[in-house]
Amino acid sequence: MKIHEYQAKAILARYGVPVPRGDVAFSASEAGDAARRLGGRVVVKAQIHAGARGKGGGVKVAPDAEEAERIARGMIGMHLVTHQTGPEGRLVARVLVEEALQMTRELYLGLAIDRAIARPVMMASSAGGVEIEKVAEVTPELIVKEPIHPGAGFSAFQARNLAFGIGLEAALVGKATKLMASLYDAFRATDASLVEINPLVVTAGGDLLALDAKMNFDDSAIFRHPDLRELRDLGEEDPLEIEASKFSLNYIRLDGTIGCMVNGAGLAMATMDIIKLAGGEPANFLDVGGGANAEQIRNAFRILMSDKHVRAVLINIFGGILRCDVLAEGVVAAVRELGVTVPIVIRMEGTNVERGKEMLRSSGLNFTTADTMSEAAERVVVLVGAGS
Amino acid sequence: MSVLIDKNTRLLVQGLTGREGMFHARQAAAYGTTVVGGVTPGKGGTTHEGWPVFDTVAQAVRETGANASVIFVPPAFAADAIMEAAAARLPLTVCITEGIPTLDMMRALDFLQDTTTRLVGPNCPGLISPGKAKAGIIPGHICREGSVGIVSRSGTLTYEAIHQLTRLGLGQTTCIGIGGDPLIGTTFIDALRLFAADPETEAIVLIGEIGGTAEDEAATFIREHFRKPVVGFIAGQTAPPGRRMGHAGAIIAGGKGTAAEKMAALAGAGVRVVKSPADIGSAISASLGRA
Repeated sequence: MKIHEYQAKAILARYGVPVPRGDVAFSASEAGDAARRLGGRVVVKAQIHAGARGKGGGVKVAPDAEEAERIARGMIGMHLVTHQTGPEGRLVARVLVEEALQMTRELYLGLAIDRAIARPVMMASSAGGVEIEKVAEVTPELIVKEPIHPGAGFSAFQARNLAFGIGLEAALVGKATKLMASLYDAFRATDASLVEINPLVVTAGGDLLALDAKMNFDDSAIFRHPDLRELRDLGEEDPLEIEASKFSLNYIRLDGTIGCMVNGAGLAMATMDIIKLAGGEPANFLDVGGGANAEQIRNAFRILMSDKHVRAVLINIFGGILRCDVLAEGVVAAVRELGVTVPIVIRMEGTNVERGKEMLRSSGLNFTTADTMSEAAERVVVLVGAGS
Repeated sequence: MSVLIDKNTRLLVQGLTGREGMFHARQAAAYGTTVVGGVTPGKGGTTHEGWPVFDTVAQAVRETGANASVIFVPPAFAADAIMEAAAARLPLTVCITEGIPTLDMMRALDFLQDTTTRLVGPNCPGLISPGKAKAGIIPGHICREGSVGIVSRSGTLTYEAIHQLTRLGLGQTTCIGIGGDPLIGTTFIDALRLFAADPETEAIVLIGEIGGTAEDEAATFIREHFRKPVVGFIAGQTAPPGRRMGHAGAIIAGGKGTAAEKMAALAGAGVRVVKSPADIGSAISASLGRA
């Protein structure tokens, strides 16, 4: 799960990470009020779940409250396009108004799980304010890493290794050590999957401050953090994906015309791949799960058909335990009830597959069946072609 | 032969009295697996469908001589169940549970390092040695005894691969679902080592997916150490970056972990990489000179 910058900063501050003074605003007048409270120069930052906002015009400095209000008026309601949002951009619904600071250096500090060693790794770099992936590609020697032992936790010597490793002067190392310890505390306590402070700045006054903040959380651990669940911003998500999540359907919308319904994530990805190989474009990823029943199938169909780009549907179910006759019954009922008119190709395998096929044939509805994945993909691509 | 489980396996079911646990215990027993009992804290001393239930794994191991367990425990308690299995010195534990918090899993893996227990999973379909035994949820009827080893991060896609092989008359020694989570016990490399040492395994199917670097590490291992033919498939060639494709571990992060780079790494290591999941069976056939 992702949250906004201002929310991440509030969490980090609670654990002792220094952040600039600031307030979130949902309207231009709120932004003006926030700027007045802060006094003097402020920065207005669009709050969307994507990075590289500055380049797209999502971060602007205002010398006074009037200007802050004017900037916020332009920003709220705009579709901010960055290279992380895709061409359609993201609607800006809130801005963060923050004190503008004089800084002397921009650094990077991050914490993520390294899958290969199954440990969190704290990363620091003297090259802050640019994307860390770029730094890793071009100047990997500028990134210093410390893996963290799950039992022993993050130790002060590791913080010193990082702080001295990125060339911090001795006077700042104590502050950096404290900040990193706080960052790890926040990471662990919230079941975060990623925390990034980019940039971490050295202010003119000689303080360290998180000028930007990003936190992602482990979806599997959200059940024990009801407070974090509250921070979910549905405005950042695709409406169909929100709808699907209500029924425990794993759905991701894509750009193509062939809707897919599959059980199992790996098989669902493989089905998308084989559609593409056959010359078609998948409209979505959809995993209906291992225990798919008639109700799930109906919900899945409803969501698939809500995507107006879908011109044919491919159902690929490998029923290990799921019976094919149960599946066929669910499909027939859903198609009748929802009045689905686009062509449907079904490939199913598993217990009672012959009975399932017979039920589809005798339903009087327009189903095409296939015995293998490749046959199914080829057929559905032909049907989409014929309909265009 | 087979790896990890066979006719000598004495299987304990952690979470036996739950719906999933009981269903799959029955399926495993029907397949010929020796299921010796179950563990459900608080239900010790009872009997379910003839199987004795214990409060703790340690107790169950003492009483039944179990040498493997399969875990069907809800995600919030599953990491604890894994550690309990390891503390009771079970040589093998297979965790089917999906949705275990990553930090819980990290602690469990760290705990396992001080034990001799092998963990398969979590978030996996488990394993099956056709004709001998199964621990997990892979349907027995699609399998056939033979000489192909399978190792996969997926569930139903593994069934698809098994099914293709069986239809071509190519049986399997053991099929291992290693799981779709970012942190797992048995890795591709661990599984490849087991298959390398098994004289009956003649060829391997390796099924990966986007996210992480496990396939790249497997490629390096294959290039340097592995001498049996390997057929590889990577799911998610059309997956968009930054999106989690169902499995917690299936995400292209920061441009890394794409299907293209994994396919290139495997191909560079001499693996016969197929673009289409429909070609897995025929590629094995060709690798074994039976095309």
